[in-house]
Amino acid sequence: MRAVVLGVGNTILADEGVGVRVIEALERDYVMPPEVAVIDAGTSGMEMLEDLSHLDFLLVVDAIAAGRAPGERVRLEGEEVPVFFRRNLSPHGIGLSDVLASLEFLGAAPKEMLILGVQPASLELSTELTPMIAARVPELVAQVVGELTQRGWVPTRKVGAGETAHAR
Amino acid sequence: MSKRITIDPITRIEGHLRIDVDVDGGKVKKAWSSGQMWRGVELILQGRDPRDAWTITQRICGVCTTVHAIASVRAVENALQMEVPLNAQYIRNLIILAHCVHDHIVHFYHLSALDWVDVTQALKADPDKAAALAESLSSWHRNGKQEMRAVKERLAGFVNGGQLGIFTNGYWGHPAMKLPPEVNLLAVAHYLQALEVQRKANKIVSILGSKTPHIQNLAVGGVANPIATDSQSVLTVERLMAIKSHIDELADFVKNVYLVDVAAIGAFYADWTKYGAGITNYLSVPDLPLDTKGTQFALPGGYIEGGDVAKFKPITSFNDDFWGKGVEESVKHSWYDYSTQKPLHPYVGETKPNYTDFQADGKYSWLKSPTFYGKPAQVGPLAHVLAMVAAGHEPTKKYATTALDLVSQLAKTKVGLDALHSTIGRHAARAVRCAVMVDQLGEQWQLLINNIAKGDTKTFNPPVFPKGEAMGVGFHEAPRGTLSHWVVIDDGKIKNYQCVVPSTWNACPRNEKDEAGPYEASLLDNPIADPEKPLEVLRTVHSFDPCIACAIHLTDKENEATISVKVV
Repeated sequence: MRAVVLGVGNTILADEGVGVRVIEALERDYVMPPEVAVIDAGTSGMEMLEDLSHLDFLLVVDAIAAGRAPGERVRLEGEEVPVFFRRNLSPHGIGLSDVLASLEFLGAAPKEMLILGVQPASLELSTELTPMIAARVPELVAQVVGELTQRGWVPTRKVGAGETAHAR
Repeated sequence: MSKRITIDPITRIEGHLRIDVDVDGGKVKKAWSSGQMWRGVELILQGRDPRDAWTITQRICGVCTTVHAIASVRAVENALQMEVPLNAQYIRNLIILAHCVHDHIVHFYHLSALDWVDVTQALKADPDKAAALAESLSSWHRNGKQEMRAVKERLAGFVNGGQLGIFTNGYWGHPAMKLPPEVNLLAVAHYLQALEVQRKANKIVSILGSKTPHIQNLAVGGVANPIATDSQSVLTVERLMAIKSHIDELADFVKNVYLVDVAAIGAFYADWTKYGAGITNYLSVPDLPLDTKGTQFALPGGYIEGGDVAKFKPITSFNDDFWGKGVEESVKHSWYDYSTQKPLHPYVGETKPNYTDFQADGKYSWLKSPTFYGKPAQVGPLAHVLAMVAAGHEPTKKYATTALDLVSQLAKTKVGLDALHSTIGRHAARAVRCAVMVDQLGEQWQLLINNIAKGDTKTFNPPVFPKGEAMGVGFHEAPRGTLSHWVVIDDGKIKNYQCVVPSTWNACPRNEKDEAGPYEASLLDNPIADPEKPLEVLRTVHSFDPCIACAIHLTDKENEATISVKVV
């Protein structure tokens, strides 16, 4: 059994980088069970093929333009997942959708996929999230931990992790 | 009556590129290349610590992560006139090479082969005949009947299940598709094998760079890989041996499959040696430094004007003035304003956006238009291969001859170096370069091992920033061609930063003198069989391996190319 939490996004376009920021927070605050890998994919594509092969569970964290109010969280599963990639709700879905299609052709696609994200407030040039979206990061982290736990992978919170996370 | 075809966006590339062509009498008469994304990383870098620039620039693009990191540290090192320890050069060279081999394989098989290979026709192939053909061309161990039968079966299942998936954007049944069914099947088989093999290259990058896709081991002044042959956490003998085994597998595939496939497919499309030359001023830079100062390189580079290799002028060091003084960028046709009405050198380059919408005679692209001594220049594997041949680089000559001889044999006509100035020639040159690079992987690995064996474990020289101003350029012959980062440092902070990227050289709009850029020029006179399905445009544009994802926009439309055809 193997799972990957994949943060995608561009960290130089403000809220576009929220997926990567969630990964950074997870790496900072949690120890994952050995079967779970937490990966900052940035905006890459085919480089991810190896890491995403033969997974039981792929959890993607991303900024999602779902036409919601900025800051609203979005959860996509089942039939909504292919739509997410096909309609390119993610600005960098092209790379990742190619990887997933290739995995399908190779017979190595993930058994289950889930997408967690948030409607961005700003995509201007900046290496920082807007305060509204930064405030969603701990919630997304908790949500990722919850989804993993539900499936039998229990992340362990590092001692003293909370204070640094909230102080940021 | 001429027709205007607009393809927006071009698919199977990284980033958002729009191409417009005017077609008359079945041929392209005018072309425009328009980068549809604004890249402002230069502004983000101003005021920052130059030691951090590489971690930010590697976020410019998801495909070119390592190349921007390399160019960035080289720029700062050049500004400080630093020496880089030999081990660090070799480790960087290995990362550069592995990334490049990965990139070339993926570009050919996964991003552009579908312009030439009709996947649906592969279903009509006789797998046994395909195997026989493959075995007559190469000794590759996965060309057998069992393999071809299995691939055909898998493809049939995929197509019949309505899951064309990755292949949905192909122009199946297009009159310009000319491969026999068996060659199509062979290409699909190798498409699948390439998916597996490319991972080996990626593993090399992740062992050396700590992580992919964003490497973590670089530093201004060297690399952060401690070398100790007896410790678990660092670059150990075991890890070095793992790298070697990946190198050997890659070499087998590149020489016995990739190079052969390009030659075979090229032979069936010999007519495409007549199209797509475009700009024949070729620019490349030397790479894979072999000394601490960057004055000796494993691979030569330089400038060839007007396609004449006899006129080759080498670029010989990181401090070469012929290189450093030749580059300028114009924004006459780009969505920027300069404070002056002339092209600017990157050290004094400006990044002030001024979007005007698409104006065919005015501003129409987010890309600037670079020139080398006032002339447009084509960059990329073709430019590099021609420079290496001109410089007398034996391995390049050897693989170029191998490929061209195979094409000649299959096409039953003599095909020489001149055929490379073309759309299909760019693919051939990329495969030749990939073979050269995969050999270099082995050589740089050996150099690293030998140097460590001598007892040298140094990997880093700490940078010292002077008071006042320092300027530097870092160049790198990246998979898509010459990349350069230009930095001006003032009191230890970045004052100005400009990236002149390969796809800016190639995909640029018209320059200050209204001369077309390489994409635009290469599209002229391309045949267009069906304006509604402009496969030929994609062939020529894809042959450059476009990558313009220097930044991305959430405003991108649906992931489907829109093609509009208008009478003009």
